[in-house]
Amino acid sequence: MRYLPLTDADRSAMLATIGAASIDDLFADVPAAARLDGPVRGLPDHASELSVERQLKQLAGMNLVAGDGPFFLGAGAYRHHIPASVDHLIQRGEFLTSYTPYQPEIAQGTLQVLFEFQTQVARLFGCDVANASMYDGSTACWEAIGMARRITRRSKAILSAGLHPHYVSVARTMAKFTGDTLDTALPSLTPGAPGDDMARLLSAIDGETSCVVVQNPNILGHVADLSELAAAAHAKGALLIVVVTEPVALGAIRSPGEMGADIVVGEGQSLGVGLQFGGPYVGLFATRDKYVRQMPGRLCGETVDAAGQRGFVLTLSTREQHIRREKATSNICTNSGLCALAFTIHMSLLGERGLRELATLNHATAVTAADRLGKVPGVEVVNGAFFNEFVVKLPTASRDVVRTLAHDGILAGVSLGRLYPGAAELENGLLVAVTETCTEDDIDELAEALEESLA
Amino acid sequence: MSINQSGWRPEMSAANDGGSAPTFTGNKALMLEEPLLFEIGGDRTGVDLAEPPKVASRLGGLERNRPIGLPGLTEPETVRHYTRLSRQNYAIDLGLFPLGSCTMKHNPRLNEKIARLPGFADIHPLQPQDTVQGAYALIHLVGEWLVKLTGMKAVAMSPKAGAHGELCGLLAIRSALEARGDARRVILVPESAHGTNPATAAFCGYAVEDIPATAEGRVDLEALKARLGPDVAGVMITNPNTCGLFERDMIAICEAVHAAGGLVYCDGANFNAIVGRVRPGDLGIDAMHINLHKTFSTPHGGGGPGAGPVVFSEALAPFAPLPFVEKQDGQYLLVEEENAEEHHASTFGRMVAFHGQMGMFTRAASYMLSHGADGLRQVAEDAVLNANYVLRSLDDVLDAPFGPSGPCMHEALFSDEGLAEGFTTLDIAKGLIDEGYHPMTMYFPLVVHGSMLIEPTETESKAALDQFIGALRSLAEKAKAGDPALKAAPIHAPRRRLDETLAARKPVLVYKDPPVAEAAE
Repeated sequence: MRYLPLTDADRSAMLATIGAASIDDLFADVPAAARLDGPVRGLPDHASELSVERQLKQLAGMNLVAGDGPFFLGAGAYRHHIPASVDHLIQRGEFLTSYTPYQPEIAQGTLQVLFEFQTQVARLFGCDVANASMYDGSTACWEAIGMARRITRRSKAILSAGLHPHYVSVARTMAKFTGDTLDTALPSLTPGAPGDDMARLLSAIDGETSCVVVQNPNILGHVADLSELAAAAHAKGALLIVVVTEPVALGAIRSPGEMGADIVVGEGQSLGVGLQFGGPYVGLFATRDKYVRQMPGRLCGETVDAAGQRGFVLTLSTREQHIRREKATSNICTNSGLCALAFTIHMSLLGERGLRELATLNHATAVTAADRLGKVPGVEVVNGAFFNEFVVKLPTASRDVVRTLAHDGILAGVSLGRLYPGAAELENGLLVAVTETCTEDDIDELAEALEESLA
Repeated sequence: MSINQSGWRPEMSAANDGGSAPTFTGNKALMLEEPLLFEIGGDRTGVDLAEPPKVASRLGGLERNRPIGLPGLTEPETVRHYTRLSRQNYAIDLGLFPLGSCTMKHNPRLNEKIARLPGFADIHPLQPQDTVQGAYALIHLVGEWLVKLTGMKAVAMSPKAGAHGELCGLLAIRSALEARGDARRVILVPESAHGTNPATAAFCGYAVEDIPATAEGRVDLEALKARLGPDVAGVMITNPNTCGLFERDMIAICEAVHAAGGLVYCDGANFNAIVGRVRPGDLGIDAMHINLHKTFSTPHGGGGPGAGPVVFSEALAPFAPLPFVEKQDGQYLLVEEENAEEHHASTFGRMVAFHGQMGMFTRAASYMLSHGADGLRQVAEDAVLNANYVLRSLDDVLDAPFGPSGPCMHEALFSDEGLAEGFTTLDIAKGLIDEGYHPMTMYFPLVVHGSMLIEPTETESKAALDQFIGALRSLAEKAKAGDPALKAAPIHAPRRRLDETLAARKPVLVYKDPPVAEAAE
């Protein structure tokens, strides 16, 4: 067993030091009825490195890999190119195998990275402060609703129809237990819709509203100006929560903070993290200075050491579960440290210039693809304004088309029928995400395959 | 003349290095200072992108019209910035990391290789199901190991971390009780519980009440029994507990709670101490999360990500969250909102956007297969042996309050009893830093004064333990003798003791560019 350094001689010597006759003596407190007399049955014994690699490669080989053909899936998880140095750097043992920086004197590397991460996220979102990351975008969104409840002492949250349906599901699950009421709706495939449900949101805000939660770009890819919505929410004493599932968009469009958001949460997976079949991802969370003590999650702050040198520590922990127990702002006692590191490194490589160029490239490629797909007979592009993701309305159920194309190695997009099961009006919608990884040939191949399958 | 664009230099002080002269750069040979990205970055980029197609913008007039303020670095500068920062971190790859209750063990690099196979790393969570059968098979494989190792009936793979798993378990408990029309209000939590336990119970809408510990560090069974009643939804209990002890009365506790109509949640953070030797299902618990990083060696990454799958008893299995993977006629099937009813009518819903931490599942699968059922049993045995060895090798110089309570499990607990006036656990911890170790967990659990909780794990050799024991022994002797030098520790780390009060009183959480006039000076 290559990961266990004790020898049998060591074990005997150590038992003698302890004063135990056998290892069983050390498990004496386990009730006899619950003791196992040998390895758990039905599971294999240990295997060599080569053998494990073979077994798991075989499973990996059964999957259709995104990079193996034209790929257009998005809906909250995006395929972007990650510079090689990102993965190289996060695999340094000092980052990969370190723990939560509870001993700041020997964790300045992680702490400085978190401070840089917080600053990047706050600036990207147009907010004053950000935390050191959350599990993912969907859980960050639910935490934001909880934070709005604490700040406003109200419990009615209005959710945009353009909010990712899984994010709505998570909020709905949690609301069952926290007692929040959620005002939700389904999106519609109205062509050219700017923000999809802006009118509904504006009319729903009242004196009981804790927050309005709106995604930008939204689940259908629409981008919208949220300034009016922010003003309307503030006029009634409610908060505006903006969800960003595609942070690359903020290289091209105005930030949520600039539009008046009080809390901005997001999924940072697009930068540095990769698809990974859904996780681990990195939740982003930012807000205004005045709400910082109500913010969930870990925070890194600047301070000085005993010799007057600048250093960083985890701070404001009086909000947290290990101090406040049942009165904490959240039960979370972790962050997505390694993913936050990957995000930060990718962001440092891009810089302002690179992020803007990447956003421009994404948008221009997506516009090219939308124009090309819009020419396929029977296909209609739904969006007016969008960033790198848009919806096409097909003459038939998009799920069947997605399945057919997948058999030819083309991953055409996410069927709205899968995201909104049972919603007949949405069945024909296909959500297409186009990033810098899509080539002109990929787009042609998709358009031709679509044309063929719809003929 | 400056070392960076902004002219930032570390503030030096003669006291920093035992009175030796500061260097020009702030570096000390291989001990390197590194300014912030915002002080060295600028209008540069480390990414070369293709020329975008020429099209008219369709951003609806929302084009960004002011700078974001993100400095960039070229690739060599980026590699150097983060490599230099990495060298200011302690890590398990550098040495013993004896954090009790946190479990820092060796991270096999095979796991990293497996997690990066494109067939796992480069697939999308919403791909058509027949294009990701191998990925579902892997999730199913890890789930099957967890169910068999714990002797439970079902598993929820989607919780993203231990505390998220607690939420999952309690939501299942609340759903099961509500399904039988039983709206109970109270969750009992023993004193020695992780702080996440009461926070989780409160988030699920429960009132939280403490249950005291006995003098020997275990749940007070009689006090627990006395509090049970028709308003108690359940108990959250950590086993092995945070004093490092096995809850001897676990079967009796579960029976009493069940008899009173409640359910038992077990915090399985310390499953690494009993894997392969005890199946929690045999003790009678109803739900338990498993921190994959602790028992199955996925890396901590500076604080996360984790993964907190939850195993369920028969009573709770029907309430497991969406989505989950099922095997049917040799095919794997994802059960989510649309087909939930035909598979699992009473689910409490979805906790997370996608399927959970696939990247952690791949690492855990690699570790499970490498160790096998026999190896995992050896893991628990060696972890317990190492912890008891540390306990018995130090209990003559450090107070071990529960030493007489029987063998410890995965971790050894000491108190600050007997240190010289004014000397604390913190001083010993900071002394360990100068000895080249990461300190143990301090001041937790709260049931012991000045706790020092040491978890060596199974991946430490006897030689490594002996050296650590020697270092701790010498520090304990200094703290008992009142050696003033110990109060100054650490003096060899990248930073001296940091002012945490200042950080909390005047929070500086983001970098602010210096005012323009000042920068021009």
